[in-house]
Amino acid sequence: MKRFALPLSIAAALALAPTAFARTATTGDLGPPQGEPINAVLTSPPNVPPPTNRHKPAKVIVKLEVVEKEMPIADGTTYTFWTFGGTVPGSFIRVRQGDTVEFHLMNNPNNKMPHNIDLHGVTGPGGGAASSFTAPGHQSQFTFKALNQGIYVYHCATAPVGMHIGNGMYGLMLVEPPEGLKPVDHEYYVMQGDFYTVGKYREKGHQAFDMQRAIDEKPTYVVFNGSDGALTGDKALTAKTNQTVRLFVGNGGPNLVSSFHVIGEIFDTVRQEGGTEEQHNVQTTLIPAGGAAMVEFHTQVPGSYVLVDHSIFRAFNKGALAILKVAGPEDKSIYSGKEVDSTYLGDLAAASMQPVATAAKAAAAGTLTVADQIAAGKTLFNGTCSACHQGNGEGLENVFPPLAKSDLIAKLSPEDLIAIPLNGHTGKLTVNGKDYDSVMPPMSQLNDDEIANILTFVLNSWGNAGGRITKEQVAKVRASTPRPAGAAH
Amino acid sequence: MRSLLLAIVLLPAVARAGSDYVQVPAGTYRSALQYEDVKGDTRVAAFELMKTPVTNAEFLEFVRAHPQWQRDRVASVYAETANYLSHWSAPLQLGDEAKPQQPVTHVSWFAATAYCEAQHARLPLWAEWEYVAAADATRRDARNDPAWRESILGWYAKPSTTPVADVGQSPANVYGVQDLHGLVWEWVEDFASMLVTGDDRSQSDANRLKFCGAGSLTTQDRDNFAVLMRVAMLSSLEAANSTSNLGFRCARSLPDGESP
Repeated sequence: MKRFALPLSIAAALALAPTAFARTATTGDLGPPQGEPINAVLTSPPNVPPPTNRHKPAKVIVKLEVVEKEMPIADGTTYTFWTFGGTVPGSFIRVRQGDTVEFHLMNNPNNKMPHNIDLHGVTGPGGGAASSFTAPGHQSQFTFKALNQGIYVYHCATAPVGMHIGNGMYGLMLVEPPEGLKPVDHEYYVMQGDFYTVGKYREKGHQAFDMQRAIDEKPTYVVFNGSDGALTGDKALTAKTNQTVRLFVGNGGPNLVSSFHVIGEIFDTVRQEGGTEEQHNVQTTLIPAGGAAMVEFHTQVPGSYVLVDHSIFRAFNKGALAILKVAGPEDKSIYSGKEVDSTYLGDLAAASMQPVATAAKAAAAGTLTVADQIAAGKTLFNGTCSACHQGNGEGLENVFPPLAKSDLIAKLSPEDLIAIPLNGHTGKLTVNGKDYDSVMPPMSQLNDDEIANILTFVLNSWGNAGGRITKEQVAKVRASTPRPAGAAH
Repeated sequence: MRSLLLAIVLLPAVARAGSDYVQVPAGTYRSALQYEDVKGDTRVAAFELMKTPVTNAEFLEFVRAHPQWQRDRVASVYAETANYLSHWSAPLQLGDEAKPQQPVTHVSWFAATAYCEAQHARLPLWAEWEYVAAADATRRDARNDPAWRESILGWYAKPSTTPVADVGQSPANVYGVQDLHGLVWEWVEDFASMLVTGDDRSQSDANRLKFCGAGSLTTQDRDNFAVLMRVAMLSSLEAANSTSNLGFRCARSLPDGESP
C-alpha cells in the first residue's frame, strides 16, 4: 500500500508544480520602492484605512506605539491591557504587495514591560520579533518587503508570549494585491480574543490576569474588539440594504479557534485563512488563533445581524457577540418576517401548554383570575419572548433590554406597554441606566388573550410592580394604533 | 534572659553596620533558569545584600562625590543621555518628580555598577537575586504558592503611571530584605548573559547553544511567569539603557569560609 502511495504523491506534486510556479511569479518582489516615502494611515478598530490606490511599490513608514493601559473589558469591569497603538486589537496597517515597510516600534516610557512585534506578513526570522525587541522608553526600527498579499495577524512575541497576547497584543495588517481589492461599500475590522481574569465574567471592579486559567485555556471572556459589547448598541457596525460589506476578521487568541458566523447572513465570498483562493456561499468560517479571513456579503434585508463565535456559549456567556445594523426598506420577497405562528400541541407538548388551555377555558367561562393569566403568560413567554429577553427576564446587556425590575415598564402606561409586543419597537431605549438600540419585530402572531397574559405575567414577575392587563385593553390598543404593513391580525 | 535581650538589641546594630546590608546565608535552590554549566540545583555562597534599593537621595550623594556620573557630564556610552536621571529637576537636584526616599530609577547598569564599586560592593548576581527573591515573610522558597505568584504578577502586569512608592514600605522577607517585588525592576551584575531573547520560542533551537556557551539558559519553570517577565525585561536592555521603573541595590561577597 505504501508503495502505491509514493508514486501517487509524486504525480500529485508534479501536477501541482506548474500552478504553484505560476502563482509564485505573480507574487513577491515588484522591484525597488518608487517615489517619496509614505506615512502609513493607521486606524483604530473597527475602522480600516482607505485603499492605497497605488500602482507601484513604495516605501511605507509605519510607526506603532506600545501602550500598557487600563480599559474596560465589560461594563463596570476594568483590565490592564497591553496594546499596539492604544486599542485592542491594535491599529490596522494597510500596505500594498511589493511595498518596502520601514517599521518603527516605540515602547512608551510608562510601560513596565519590554515588547516586540512578530508580523505574520513578514518574510524573515521571527517575523521581526528579534529586530524589534524594545525596552520601555526605547524604540526599534527594522525594514521588510511585503512579498505576499493577504490579511495577516501581528502580535507581541516577548516572553511570556501567552501573557503578552492574552493581554491584547495583536492586530491585523492587510497586504493588498498589486491590483487592489475590489471596491465595496463598507470595510470593517473585527478581531476576536480570549481573556483570562481572576474574577468571573462581568464581575465588577479591576480584574487581574489569571495565569492558571490561561494555561488551562479556560477564558472568562471571549470578545470581539477587546471588550464585552465593543460592537453593540451605539457602537454597532452599520450598513444599508443593497450594500457589500467586507469584514477583515482576525483571531488573536491566545488559545481559542473561532467559528465565525453572522446570524442571518451567508458569506458570498470568504478568503479562508486570509489566503488567495476564494470560497463562496459559506455559513461559518473557521479562524485559527493567529489567523485571519476576509469575508464579504451583500445586504438585502434590514435588521440587526449578530456576529458570533458559533462555539455558542462563548457568544452568550463570554461576550463573543457583535451587531451589524442594516437599515433600509424591507424586501418581503426575500424575507417575509413571521407569517404564521399558531399553537401546535403535540402529545408531549400538551402538558406544558396546559396553563394556556386552562386560561382560555376560564376566560370563556368569565372566571379568569390573575393567577390563571400569570400561569398562561409564563408558558407563552417561554415560547416567544425568552429567546431574546431570556427566561429570567434579564435580557442581554446592550443588546436585548431587561424586563426584570425594569424602570421602563414601571413608567409606561398600560397602553404604551401593550403597544410594544403588539407593534414592535425600533429605536433607542434606556432601561435601568443602560442604552439599547435594537429592533423588536411586532409579535403579530399573538392574539389579544395571549398578549394580555404575557404582560400580566411580566408585570407580576422579577421584582416588577404587579398589575393586570386584560384582553379588552389589548383589543382597544390594537384597534387604535396603526400596525406595520404585513402584520397579521 | 539578659544575654537574649542583648542579642535583640545588638542585631539591628549589626545590620546597620553594613550600611543597611543584610547577611544572606549560603544555600542551594532550584533556579527557574537552567544554566548550561550548572546541573541540578544552584548553589549560592553566603553574601550580603542591601535591605532596600538605592534611593534618589543616596544616588544624589554619589553623583555629588563623582561628578563624572552627573547627567550633564556622563559619557553617553555609559548612560543614554535622554533617559539617564531624566526625572531629576537638575543634574544635582532631585525636584518634585524624584522624592529622596524613592528608589532611584533612570540609571544605567554602568552607573549602578559604579555606585556599588564606590561602596566597595558590587551588583548582585542573578542567581543571588533570585535566591533571595524566592522568599516570602516566612519561607525561604515560596515560589510554589500560587497566591504568592499571583501577587507578584499583579505588579508586573500594571503600567507605571503612578509615582513609585518610597523604599522600605513592604514587609521584609525571611532574610530581612525588602522591596524585591512590587516596587521597581532591579539590575543584576550578569544581566547581559541572559540570552532569553524577546522571542523565547527559539529556546528549543539547539544551534543556539553552540554560540551561547555557558551563558545560555532555558527556563525550567514555564508556569513562573514572574521570573520569565523579569528575565525578558533584563534581556531587552543594553548596559547604557535606563527606564522609569528600573533601579538597583548592591551586594557584597563575604570573605571565604565566613558564614553568618
